[in-house]
Amino acid sequence: MTAATVSPNTQTGTARPWLTAAIVWALLLTVPFWLPMLGGYTALAARVLVFGLAAMSFNLLLGFTGVMSFGHAAYFGLGAYGAGLTLKYIAASTPLAILAGILLGGLAGTLFGLFIVRRRGVYFAMVTVAFGQIAFYVAYSWDSLTGGYDGLRGFSRAPLHLGPLTLDIVNNDKIFYYFLLAVFAIATGLQGLLLASPFGRTLLAIRENERRARFLGIPVERHIWMSFSISCCFTALAGALYALLNNFADPMGLHYSLSGEIVIMAVMGGMRAFWGPLAGAALFVILQDTISSMTVNWMSFVGLIFVLVVLFFPRGMLGIFQKGTGK
Amino acid sequence: MLQLVLFNVTNGLIIGAFYVLMALGLSLILNLSNVINFAHGNFLALGGYIAFVLTPFIGFWGALLVSPILTAVFGFLIERVLIRRVYARDPVYSLLLTFGLAFIMQDACRYIWGPNGLPMTIPDGLAAPISPDLFFITWYRIFMVAIVIGAVAGLFAFLRYTRVGIRIRAGTLDLDTVAALGVNVGMLRSFNFAVGSLLAGLAGVLAAGQIGLNPNMGDDLLMPSFIAIIVGGVGSLTGTLLGGLLIGVAGALTTVFWPAASEAVIYVIMLLVLIVRPRGLLGEEGMMT
Repeated sequence: MTAATVSPNTQTGTARPWLTAAIVWALLLTVPFWLPMLGGYTALAARVLVFGLAAMSFNLLLGFTGVMSFGHAAYFGLGAYGAGLTLKYIAASTPLAILAGILLGGLAGTLFGLFIVRRRGVYFAMVTVAFGQIAFYVAYSWDSLTGGYDGLRGFSRAPLHLGPLTLDIVNNDKIFYYFLLAVFAIATGLQGLLLASPFGRTLLAIRENERRARFLGIPVERHIWMSFSISCCFTALAGALYALLNNFADPMGLHYSLSGEIVIMAVMGGMRAFWGPLAGAALFVILQDTISSMTVNWMSFVGLIFVLVVLFFPRGMLGIFQKGTGK
Repeated sequence: MLQLVLFNVTNGLIIGAFYVLMALGLSLILNLSNVINFAHGNFLALGGYIAFVLTPFIGFWGALLVSPILTAVFGFLIERVLIRRVYARDPVYSLLLTFGLAFIMQDACRYIWGPNGLPMTIPDGLAAPISPDLFFITWYRIFMVAIVIGAVAGLFAFLRYTRVGIRIRAGTLDLDTVAALGVNVGMLRSFNFAVGSLLAGLAGVLAAGQIGLNPNMGDDLLMPSFIAIIVGGVGSLTGTLLGGLLIGVAGALTTVFWPAASEAVIYVIMLLVLIVRPRGLLGEEGMMT
């Protein structure tokens, strides 16, 4: 947890990274106490955590490497299917399911990354979205294994055994929330460490000026490839958690429209801020939840969020606290 | 067996023709404005619905002519009001903008015309098969292919011989220089966007006559169109044309032998092309990087 607070914000302009981190963790740790009072429910907070993790993992690329993937739903969905298939066919073990999810999504990302890393700009986005649809297509057509259009059902997360202690994450929402939060803490802690490491600094250098980084002898393609793979692993972890949350994995979780939603979460929250995507995910998930309960035309409103953010709010919620180079 | 193969090749050509119309429009916009129009499939649907509304008044032939033009006008306005605002910014914003636009347009079509499919009436002469033996080939299918060939030829002639077309091609290569020569680049991009929308609208009318209308009728065409552009090579319209036909026919032929893989094959083609020739079939070196 402390690791996450060693965020790269010092390099990107936020005045008080420790303060931001303290506020974020104070809010996250106390969610089950104050959320019901505001009319929310714990599962909603769990969804915020999962999509927050996905958006932060995606932002390793967009915000901190400077390349734009529009196919991250594929790795999110593969993580979900990896976890679901493991629980259904192999063993009723939650840690094993998570591991399988990370492996499936991470390996696919690492492999696809080989084809993708040479592209830049919109072409990077275009190739990532096309590669992402391969995963969607496979899950959609491989009926016998994945349940096809209807999605993968018939699995359930299993209780956690920590030595003599058994955590009932199956029936108790709050315990499950704290389990998710612990995984989230480890993942974002690792991300913080990564960005603070020489490797992370190199990624920032590539983002700021690719040509100069290349002249300094940095193997740019290899760094982008590694960043892509790492980002896919974390996104797959988020997907695996999503499958555990819903006890369900569906092909729409792989579809490129979800990729777009992950991108808007990161941008809406502030892609240059470490916690920005989490803030964006919170706002997006809550808005989507509220709007879809009020109108069947929620798609228009989601689209409107996209348009309004792009036109009037391009630096995002945490971006307005930052000085520097919003384009 | 011969009939089956013939049936699927015809199908492939027609599907390929739709890929080509979509992908050429996308490609035009991408090349000149560096924008991927995620809403392009929704422009197609809009073209179809406009034709559906107009047909009772001006007939199928009138709608075929007027609907693409109205779609182009709509595209022109969208570009003027929304898309031009983000040209100077990081490309992520233009993607998000067209993405949001796709959501809104799809929902709007659903709201106005309902979520269920609607039939589109085409003239009786076109609905008839060309002969009893070839009962699966209607005149409409021949007609579609002819129209697409005409539209593509028209587009290439426009880009080759008209002043605006030449400026569009020049702008694709070096927009700054074109601007320095005194061309109104903003208007050029708007017009170019309108041409792309026109092609989508035309595809929409033709598709409506074949498969009817529904709010997400363009969605299934979007991803193959991306792949047609990647396979053909970014920056080359001829490449896009070739890519669209290639994946259309390959998909249809695969249907004959292994129906389940008919969609997978276009992704396999993309992978192979990216391995063997990363810039795409006719792409120029360095365009995609």
